[in-house]
Amino acid sequence: MSETINLTLKVWRQKGPDVKGRFETYKAECISTDMSFLEMLDVVNEQLTLEGKEPIAFDHDCREGICGTCGAMVNGLAHGPEKGTTLCQLHMRHFEDGETLVIEPFRARPFRLIKDLVIDRGAFDEIIQAGGYISVSTGSAPEANTLPIPPEIAELAMDAAACIGCGACVAACPNASANLFVGAKISHLVLLPQGKAEGAKRALCMLKKMDDLGFGNCSNETECEMVCPKEISIANIARFNREFLKASLLSSEK
Amino acid sequence: MQLDSKVPGGPIESKWDRHRFELKLVNPANKRKFEIIVVGTGLAGASASATLAELGYQVKSFCIQDSPRRAHSIAAQGGINAAKNYPGDGDSIWRLFYDTVKGGDFRSREANVYRLAQISNTIIDQCVAQGVPFAREYGGLLANRSFGGAQVSRTFYARGQTGQQLLLGAYSAMMRQVHAGKVALFPRREMVDLAVINGQARGIVVRNLITGEMERHAAHAVVLATGGYGNIYFLSTNGMSGSVNAIWRAYKRGALFANPSFAQIHPTCIPVHGTYQSKLTLMSESLRNDGRVWVPKNPDDSRPPEEIPESDRDYFLEFKYPSFGNLVPRDVASRNVKLVCDEGRGVGSTKYAVYLDLRDAIERDGKEAIDKKYGNLFQMYEKITGESPWDTPMMIYPAVHYTMGGLWVDYNLMSTISGLFVIGECNFSDHGANRLGASALMQGLADGYFIIPYTLGGYLAGTPLPDITVEDPVFWDCVKRAEEMGRKLLSINGKRTVDDFHRELGRIIWEHVGMSRNEAEMSKAKAMIPELREEFWNNVTVPGTAKELNQSLERANRVVDFLEFAELMVEDALSREESCGCHFNEAFQTEEHEALRVDETCSYVAAWAFDGDEKAPTLYKEPLEFEYVELGTRSYK
Repeated sequence: MSETINLTLKVWRQKGPDVKGRFETYKAECISTDMSFLEMLDVVNEQLTLEGKEPIAFDHDCREGICGTCGAMVNGLAHGPEKGTTLCQLHMRHFEDGETLVIEPFRARPFRLIKDLVIDRGAFDEIIQAGGYISVSTGSAPEANTLPIPPEIAELAMDAAACIGCGACVAACPNASANLFVGAKISHLVLLPQGKAEGAKRALCMLKKMDDLGFGNCSNETECEMVCPKEISIANIARFNREFLKASLLSSEK
Repeated sequence: MQLDSKVPGGPIESKWDRHRFELKLVNPANKRKFEIIVVGTGLAGASASATLAELGYQVKSFCIQDSPRRAHSIAAQGGINAAKNYPGDGDSIWRLFYDTVKGGDFRSREANVYRLAQISNTIIDQCVAQGVPFAREYGGLLANRSFGGAQVSRTFYARGQTGQQLLLGAYSAMMRQVHAGKVALFPRREMVDLAVINGQARGIVVRNLITGEMERHAAHAVVLATGGYGNIYFLSTNGMSGSVNAIWRAYKRGALFANPSFAQIHPTCIPVHGTYQSKLTLMSESLRNDGRVWVPKNPDDSRPPEEIPESDRDYFLEFKYPSFGNLVPRDVASRNVKLVCDEGRGVGSTKYAVYLDLRDAIERDGKEAIDKKYGNLFQMYEKITGESPWDTPMMIYPAVHYTMGGLWVDYNLMSTISGLFVIGECNFSDHGANRLGASALMQGLADGYFIIPYTLGGYLAGTPLPDITVEDPVFWDCVKRAEEMGRKLLSINGKRTVDDFHRELGRIIWEHVGMSRNEAEMSKAKAMIPELREEFWNNVTVPGTAKELNQSLERANRVVDFLEFAELMVEDALSREESCGCHFNEAFQTEEHEALRVDETCSYVAAWAFDGDEKAPTLYKEPLEFEYVELGTRSYK
């Protein structure tokens, strides 16, 4: 059976990108431990609305841990304390009665703050535009089974492809590096035979775009792997580095 | 109005080929002169945007999310059907066609469904080439699994994340076209109206969700790919931003709305556990491949499920439907689960749940094999409920999942408004009164990759399209209407929140127009909805202003349209005097409580026309004829 707990929330409130933000304190009372973290915020927002105050703006959509829309720092940890969990799948049974929670947006230079906990992650789309695909136009594909792929390779590619693009890795990294995000996409595509042809170009273009957008360098802090809700391995960063090195040394692509 | 489905003549196998030949072509050099608006970036919208751009059209792509990659197709778990017949178990285009028409309880258009089955194989080829990491057999070839309503194994999958992987494939293809300058992206935009000029769809007005500005966008044609309206029930498996807005605005501008009451209730979802709950989570139908559904024989059995011996368990689906067993179609499974719980035989604290048990499969295939197939689903279940399916059976209950109804479209996927195309879940086209598992992904991608690129070209090549601009008064009228609505919502300052109204509307629809329907209950709903709507307009409170990011205002706008649409849904359910698929009208059932169709009078698509806010809508009927699949009683016994 579910219990209820009372919490104190310190939430980052900021009207817009150019306005000063501050922490506000709210009480979250009678919170059922079966609730998700976002449902707890819903309850607080309903209360604020009825008091004539402005509710906390936060992004969310699927609420089942796959769309990558939600995310915030809870007590300094991206998506909160549970390993391999998005904020929407974090349930209140993991918190103690009387606890104080500090809730802040993901902070990184390339992610502009829009309002409260809402940020702009358009930079991730721009990185994908730079080369995160296999160039195959509709209708030109060969019969699917002409290309056997060993299941262990398909599985490795799937491990990397599971990235939901939430940005937790960037928020957790002291350098705001996007290497785990980029490494996951590079790995997913280059592990598969279909993706090898463009491998060099892809690595060079995506890395350049990442730099241009102001993401930092990887210094092996491994914080990204720790907070990734899909538990994507930093082995993907190593693969990305190898691909980049190979491309810069051997490829004619510039 | 005479509804013309524009289904081409000739034998069903060659209709699509023949039609593609007969469609006019746009000269390649002229394609860049055409601008096309695509609203929505799920499987249908993203695949359409990518393909139209590859062909050379200028595409403007709009989505409500912060990135096109987050559309709710991403949450589809189980898989995508295709008639490849790789396992050699007797599948064919013809069988996929037959299963889909039968699964939809004979309320879909044969020619459309046949085309879908024909295209299915090409979709798999395309996705593999894009790098979708489908599951594979030891030899490296593609693996398949079974889904409800089929006796062959034709479902391709990528763990329990098939929708995510297919969507990322379509999204990447679209991103490639953004890079090439052929697709312009407009994220965080919500469509608030459709601009119909000289009888043609020529643009849209969207609200920029960051600034609150109303933006006008003109084009030569508009494609809607805005998904389903299951969120009318408040609790559903849909994403939180799902709404009826875009298609409802189009309906009010002259598009016909087909079969609005056809909403699929999915049997295997995590049961409701509290009033604060914001959404329901699906557990993939693929679990029914290996999972067995049961309740204790004795309703008062208080033992933990793992201690209840075989002899005291009632595997009610296997017992009642020996040939399909746990893999009966969704509507049949859901209804039987409801029946068992209504009899007081349900389990869990609310008694509105049944067990879905993988114990036997774990014993048979080993933990490793099951983990590979369903590991991430087990993990998700444990996160939400705090119980591990490895130790105890899951509890499930039906929940709203998908809407078969949507805007009426012809064979070209064009609505009754010239130049307004409708693809994916938001059209009514291929699933009849019940969609089979793993068919939504197939339809979304078929529409976007392989149908719309041809039929839209045919429209552009064969239709005079006078020059217009966004200064046209029609655009400004749309802006004015939307801004007025916003002002009105912000000025009421009542005592109830938007969610509070939405929750109440959902409860009305769930209880009166849900899994089991009757005239008395539906009539009650018909009376309750206008009352609730009136209270909404007098007592809702929406904080903030219109010219900023205002999530309360966004939700209010969606609930406004749900409150109007709800009445049409009830009207449609009342007017269909039969039971078919998801529409179970208690007055029409067999002695064994199976749905009883009335083909003599009800073999039609119900298409509703808007006649003004104060007037009742008009019902037009597109008769359905079955030349190739014999009309029969659906039996899964």
